[in-house]
Parts: sequence; C-alpha cells; structure tokens
Amino acid sequence: MTETFSAQKYLRDIKPPFCAGCGAYTVTNVFLRAVHELGHEDLSKFVFCSGIGCSAWIPSPHFLADSVHTLHGRSIPVATGIKLMRPDVNVVVFGGDGDIVGIGLSHFIHAARRNLDILVIMVNNMVYGMTGGQVAPTTPLKTKTTTTPYGSFEHPLDTAKLAAAAGACYVARWTTMNTNELKESVKKALQMQGFRFIEVVSQCPTAFGRRAGFKDAGEMLKWFKENSLPIKQAEKKSEDELATRIIVGEFVQRLRPTLVETVYQTIKEAKKQIED
Amino acid sequence: MKKHSESTTHFWQGNEACAEAAIAAGCRFFAGYPITPSSEIAEHLAKRLPQVGGIVIQMEDELASIGAIVGASWTGAKTMTATSGPGFSLMQEGIGYAFMTETPCVIVDVQRAGPSTGQATKCGQGDVMQSRWGTHGDYSAIALSPNSVQEMFELTIRAFNLAERYRTPVILLADEIIAHMREQVTIPTAEALEIADRRKPQNSEKAFFGLEEVPPMPSVGDGHNVVVTGSTHDEYGIRVTADPVVHRKLVERLNSKIQNHAKDLSDFETYNVENCQVCIVCYGCTSRAVYEAVENAEKKGIRTGFIRLKTLWPFPEEIISKMAKTAKTIIVPEMNLKQLYYEVERAACGSARIVSLNKIGGSVLITPEELLAKILEVTRND
Repeated sequence: MTETFSAQKYLRDIKPPFCAGCGAYTVTNVFLRAVHELGHEDLSKFVFCSGIGCSAWIPSPHFLADSVHTLHGRSIPVATGIKLMRPDVNVVVFGGDGDIVGIGLSHFIHAARRNLDILVIMVNNMVYGMTGGQVAPTTPLKTKTTTTPYGSFEHPLDTAKLAAAAGACYVARWTTMNTNELKESVKKALQMQGFRFIEVVSQCPTAFGRRAGFKDAGEMLKWFKENSLPIKQAEKKSEDELATRIIVGEFVQRLRPTLVETVYQTIKEAKKQIED
Repeated sequence: MKKHSESTTHFWQGNEACAEAAIAAGCRFFAGYPITPSSEIAEHLAKRLPQVGGIVIQMEDELASIGAIVGASWTGAKTMTATSGPGFSLMQEGIGYAFMTETPCVIVDVQRAGPSTGQATKCGQGDVMQSRWGTHGDYSAIALSPNSVQEMFELTIRAFNLAERYRTPVILLADEIIAHMREQVTIPTAEALEIADRRKPQNSEKAFFGLEEVPPMPSVGDGHNVVVTGSTHDEYGIRVTADPVVHRKLVERLNSKIQNHAKDLSDFETYNVENCQVCIVCYGCTSRAVYEAVENAEKKGIRTGFIRLKTLWPFPEEIISKMAKTAKTIIVPEMNLKQLYYEVERAACGSARIVSLNKIGGSVLITPEELLAKILEVTRND
C-alpha cells in the first residue's frame, strides 16, 4: 500500500491495442489501481476471462496473469467451469456490452440467478467497436451507427437493473469520468462473494463518437459528466426525464448463498449419503 | 460404492455405462443441457459424481455446457458433456475453441434421427460428417463409435485417455440404440484400467502452445501466467493474428498431431478381411446385424468378411485400401443417406465396387436379413 502504484507491474510488455482516447485505458488503470490498493503484489490470485471485442483485450494478453480469452459471448460459461473447480481463485470477467449482453446475455442472466462467484466488469461503449461501429443492445435510441444510418430505432437495455433483478449480490454503474467511485466499487466487489456486476459506461471515440456527433473523446467525457445522474436523484425523476440520462451509483449490495457454497454443500451431502 | 478387488458384472444401459466409465476415467466435472436420447448420462452423473467429489451442473444451453467444460478442464480437471444432434450443432463453436486452445475434454453425441429436431427419440447415424467437419476452419477430429454397452464403457475411457494424451477434444459418437439398450457389462478393477493423464509443465517450461507436438498443459490458478486464446497465437499463447507463418505453424501442428497418429488412433474389429469377396465396412448400432449376416452368407458359400470401425476419425484409410485390393465388393450399411460411404470409396480408390445399404426412419434398424439379401444381390453375377 505504501509503495507507489505502477500499472506496469501487472502488465506484460506488449503494446496496448486500443485507439487514442479509448476508455479501456481508464478501466485498465482503475482496475489495477484497485488491485494495488487491496495489497496484491501481483495477479497470482486471479484468473481473468474475456470473450470477443475490444474490452476482451483489457486482460488478454496484457495482464501478467492467467487469462482465458474465449469465444464471443462465452466468457461467463468458461468462468463458471473455472470458478467451480477452483473456488480459491478470484475469477474476473471483462467484456464489452455486445459480448456480455448481446450474444452472451443468457449466460449473464443465469450466472446472476445462480449467484456464481465472479466479478463481471462490462465496459459499455454502446456499440460494436471492433467490427467497426454497428448498433448494440445498449445503443441509445436515435443514435447513428453504421447499421442504423437513420438513427437507432430500438430501445437500449438497462443492464444494471437487469443484473439486480436476476439476483446479483452487487451491482454498480459508473462512467469513465467517475474513476474514484469506480475504483472503490472494484475494491468492494473484489472483497465480496457471489455474482458481482460493474458496468462502466465508456467512450469509443472511433467507432461510436464519430457517427454519434462527438468531435473527440473529450466531448464524450463531457457528455458523460453532464448526463450522469446519481441513483438517489434519479429516484425522484420520471421515466421520460431519465430516458437520456446515465444513472450512476450502487444499485444492489446484498448477501445470498452463492453457487460455490451451494455446490460444495451438495457434494458434502452426497458424500455423507454414501457413508451412511 | 464398495471397493472391489475383482472385476464386477453389471446389467447397465449404454448411457449408464458411459457415465460410470467417465467416473472411472477420472472425470470430475460435467456440464450439460437435457436432450433425448442422452439425458440419462447427465442424470446418472448428477447422482454419482458428487459422491466422489465431482460437480455436475446443468447449464442454460449447449453453448454454455461446452464452455463450462473447457473452463473446468483448464483447472486440470477431466471434463465431459453429453448431447445429441441439435445440441451437438450448437457445441461446434466450442469444439473448435477446444481444438484451437488444445483443451482436453470429452463430448458424447448420442445420435438421433435428424436433420433439425427430426425424430427425437429414434436412432440415426447422421452425425458422422458433423463429427468430422462440424466446426469451421482447418480441423482434425477424433471420434469413436461404440456398438455395445460394454464398448460404451471401454470407449468412454479411451476417449478420456486420448483427450489427455493428445490435448484435444474427443467425440464419443454413440447412437440411440447403443445408449438406451441394456446389456451385461464387465468392469475391471480400478488398478487394471489404463488411465492417461495430461502432461504438466516442468518448472522451466513456458511454451504451452508449441515447440513440440503435444505441449505440456498448465492449470490456471497455479501461477503459470498462462494465456489461453482461440485466436491464432504463438508458442507462448500470445495472440498473433496477422502473421501467416504463425498461423500456418499452429494450425498445421494442431492437425498433424492427430493425423500423424492415425495409425495409433485407429481401432477396429475385423473378420476374414484377407480372404473375402464381399467385405462389409460398418460401425455403431448398424454393425450389430453384420455378424449374423456374414455367418449366413458363408453358409451359402460366399466368402464374406467385415471391418467394424471403433475409431471413425481419423479415418483408418490403410486397412480399407488394403482390403479393397482383394475384395471385389464393399458394402457400407448406415442409418443415414450415405456418409461414411464416401470416405470408404475414397480410401478404396477404385480398387473395389462400393455399394451402400441405407435406411432411415428411426424405428427400423438394418436387419441381418436385409444385409444378407444385399450380399446375395451383389454376388449374383460373381
């Protein structure tokens, strides 16, 4: 803790692949800072899982750790197998919105329902960035993307609310402007058990911002700042008033029997049955 | 269960034998999604695996099931899933991922009659080509084909052993008949079973994805800083997707580590192959009609033999092409509209006449009488 923070300590010496101004840099930095502040000298107590998309590259292969870069949408199933067989390690999933709640949505809901002991960090840039900027399940209504040239005609998903409803133990949403809150959230989540979900609304100036009318990353951050609304204040507003706002804060924090607990309890009971 | 010092005899269903064999082979993690006619494997393991400290989890679909067994395998566990045609189709992305990441795991496909939902409760052999070519890209498969409950046990163990030795997914290509029928099974003692385990890295070893044909496999959580990816990667697991040499080297090795060992992997039962005018090339449930048909054909003075394949992939070309040089006609009976037929034709390379005997419809197996009639028909003008 007394030692000054250096992200390099936790990273492989490989050039990061992200565009200038990408929010992935912020997420990487904040996550590693949280790990540092929790007193981890290295990442040996962690296993990272990710799917396909820019955010999946945050841990793989950059974190100097075990990382499993899986198929598109399947990071949570792979994490399920790892966590159940190695309950002693901290399994953290990184993924984008397309990966986690587009192609992988079913796994996300079921992991929350099961209360699988993993932390999922979803970097929500509201677009399919790696493939060039197509509409995502999180794209705000009327936003122009490459596959919605006249503006998106679909309503976006409120993933934080969904995670809370599905049974997650901890749910928070921040933007890349809330670095301190985000760091504290990561620290809190890493010390909890069960299914934990942190959504980070993040800027993709290249594939999203350009078409959505933002000049650069700075303008997007300004938009986050001006449109963010703490959860307490949001409670007093109507649905219409909230339609274009980003509600930030902690949505849920609770204790429920976790999957690791219930699975290993079952093994104990099964073994006892044959002994009797 | 009591410990036995001698082999034991059981009256088991094929799926039950598969589940028990998995436990005997050391499987400690099973993830699956219910589907007829494979569900008894999950049900039996759900009861038995926790008794030996293992885990069975029913996932939300087959995409998740194969994902979970791949993840669990990376912790060092032996893992399995079981499904049937429609689920096997969904698992193809995960099978490709397991192949690319060199993850040992066993996928049981209890074939039913397709395409699509088809005849969910009826037997078919329509997944022969899917088990070989189901996933995209340049891929080599290992697929085993049991024809009795005893073999469900034996080949399940072999599937685990091959998965561990070659660090690759192995498919047990069973079918509804073998999976659902009940027969006597003899189980050797645990000490008598040959069980293989993956090679773990020594301290200095870091190339978990190359430098040798089958590299050592570390477990995650053990401090190796292993990088696993389905993207093209170098010997150390680092993603390198734009270098043609890296891709070629990786994908050629992944294929050749299986293809170069086709002879070791081949497994078959033969009868009278050197001296037959008609040879039947068969596998799975269909092969059960062959014994009686051959016996009756021989009684009629027709020199008949058979090759029953227990390993379908890699295809045992050598034995087929050798036999084709002496046999006049090869009959390939299948419960599909010709799948292995073409592979036999390719291996025979014009040396013998290839005749198919196909039957689909689910409830109706190819009978010894039908097979005999085919033998008589093809030898009429000999």
